[in-house]
Amino acid sequence: MRASQIKPILFTLCLLPFASLTFGIIQNDLGPNPVEAALHATGEWSLRLLLITLTMTPLRRMLGQPWPIQLRRMLGLFTFFYASLHFTIWLWVDQAFSWANIINDITERPYITVGFMAWLLLLVLAGTSNHYSIKRLGKSWKSLHRAVYVAAIFGVLHFIWLVKADWLEPLIYALILTILLAVRLFFRKKPQSWSIKHA
Amino acid sequence: MLIRRRPSHPIQPSAITQPETFAQRRQLLKAAMATGIGLSTNLAHALVKPQGDGTLIPNRIDTPHGDGLTLTAYENITRYNNFYEFGTGKRDPFRYAHTLQTRPWVVKVDGECEAPGEIGIEDILRHIPQEERIYRFRCVEAWAMNVPWNGFSLMTLLKRFKPTSKAKYVAFETLFDPEQMPGQKRSVLDWPYREGLRMDEAMHPLTMLATGVYGTELPNQNGAPLRLVVPWKYGFKSIKSIVHIRFTDKMPGTTWQQMAPDEYGFYANVNPQVDHPRWSQQQHRMLGDSFFARKQDTLMFNGYAEAVADLYRGMDLHQFY
Ligand code: HEM
Repeated sequence: MRASQIKPILFTLCLLPFASLTFGIIQNDLGPNPVEAALHATGEWSLRLLLITLTMTPLRRMLGQPWPIQLRRMLGLFTFFYASLHFTIWLWVDQAFSWANIINDITERPYITVGFMAWLLLLVLAGTSNHYSIKRLGKSWKSLHRAVYVAAIFGVLHFIWLVKADWLEPLIYALILTILLAVRLFFRKKPQSWSIKHA
Repeated sequence: MLIRRRPSHPIQPSAITQPETFAQRRQLLKAAMATGIGLSTNLAHALVKPQGDGTLIPNRIDTPHGDGLTLTAYENITRYNNFYEFGTGKRDPFRYAHTLQTRPWVVKVDGECEAPGEIGIEDILRHIPQEERIYRFRCVEAWAMNVPWNGFSLMTLLKRFKPTSKAKYVAFETLFDPEQMPGQKRSVLDWPYREGLRMDEAMHPLTMLATGVYGTELPNQNGAPLRLVVPWKYGFKSIKSIVHIRFTDKMPGTTWQQMAPDEYGFYANVNPQVDHPRWSQQQHRMLGDSFFARKQDTLMFNGYAEAVADLYRGMDLHQFY
């Protein structure tokens, strides 16, 4: 398989939740509480895409093929796209740009604080995901982009802290993230088991 | 969505109401007037056009409660519910509550009273006049709706069991039966769901037991066949599918309050000045509003302050949230 074959399909797939959300808003078809529905859809898709992005590195190792890595940037940017939609809906539709309340929520409510920090990290990562930054940052680019794990941890924490009683769903995300982190540590301890080497 | 109320049905309230209930109704009307929403003194109002495919509530009695409020559509009231007994998603109760058997249904009433006993739902529907009252309903999650409930003041039922002077609180319990309520198979909450009111809150004319919504019997997802409605408190106080009412001398433990005491209090009065630790309570969204609609300001005691503020005179509502 080649990344160039998968990319257009994956790109379209990644746009589907956005298309369905836009349609839902235009048709007024998001249910009795459309703002909540939109916040939940964008929040869940950014977390899902973030976790999918994180599976690309282990996938490369397991398959011994380069294409997962070549999809990684696009998936990461879509993660940021949905997180920004999520944040925008919150700022605009939910909070109506009332800055005093917004700042209060970001500083006083831990689940908003970690959500915001996750978004800030994603912003930095998206902003440095271009070739120019990769070249300029050199070795430190890699360490910087390890912050994606911190963003994922914050994203999952955000979900756990906003739930009122039923923690099943956020805990499933937490479990997946734990597995991804464990896999990474596993590979790091045994570099000899890497099936391919990359320049 | 705006729903116009239908022109009057030719029923004279006095013709079908016993004198005792009628007097009590006057008191209730006074309470309604005091809230400033039932401003009209004209008793000939319009009942809402029945909706839903449940059995019609017979001989509905009109009241001026909620005149002027724009009703929330039946579909929104019945497809967006917190009723964890059928799942924690908002649409789960609509999807899964059909497994609940609401006949026969018996409510046990005991505790600090002279005449403990039981009452069946058929007796309640047949012997207690069923009114129609439009109340605001405000969920602790900052969404709200305006609901035409059918039912009667809780005190009408409570008085039959002759509470003693030791009865300081009333405790309520929802049915516990994981076969009928599959959500109870997971311990998301400490089942059965429990709620409670102080005696004066329970005896307040605005406090209601509902049997129907929009002129038909409650759909299961809304707490059939009998639920509490306390319009000045957050929705979680309005316990659904009640099987047990108990008078007690001590403040009863209630489900959400015991689960997260710093987030949910026993009183749970709607109060825009006291935030939930995780979100503001100053505004809410009306169910059915479009995506870009503005939020509405939440009113103290959900707009029923004139009728109920006296109950809490002298209490620090930041402490007793
Ligand atoms: C920019 C700062 C952020 C703010 C202000 C914010 C705010 C919110 C709010 C208000 C909710 C809805 C809570 C509710 O309805 O109870 C929510 C839900 C959610 N958010 Fe965020 N969020 C932010 C960033 C993020 C990020 C970066 C992610 C993912 C990586 C994320 C993932 C989620 C998820 C998964 C949900 C739950 C959806 C559900 O319950 O189905 N959020 N967020």
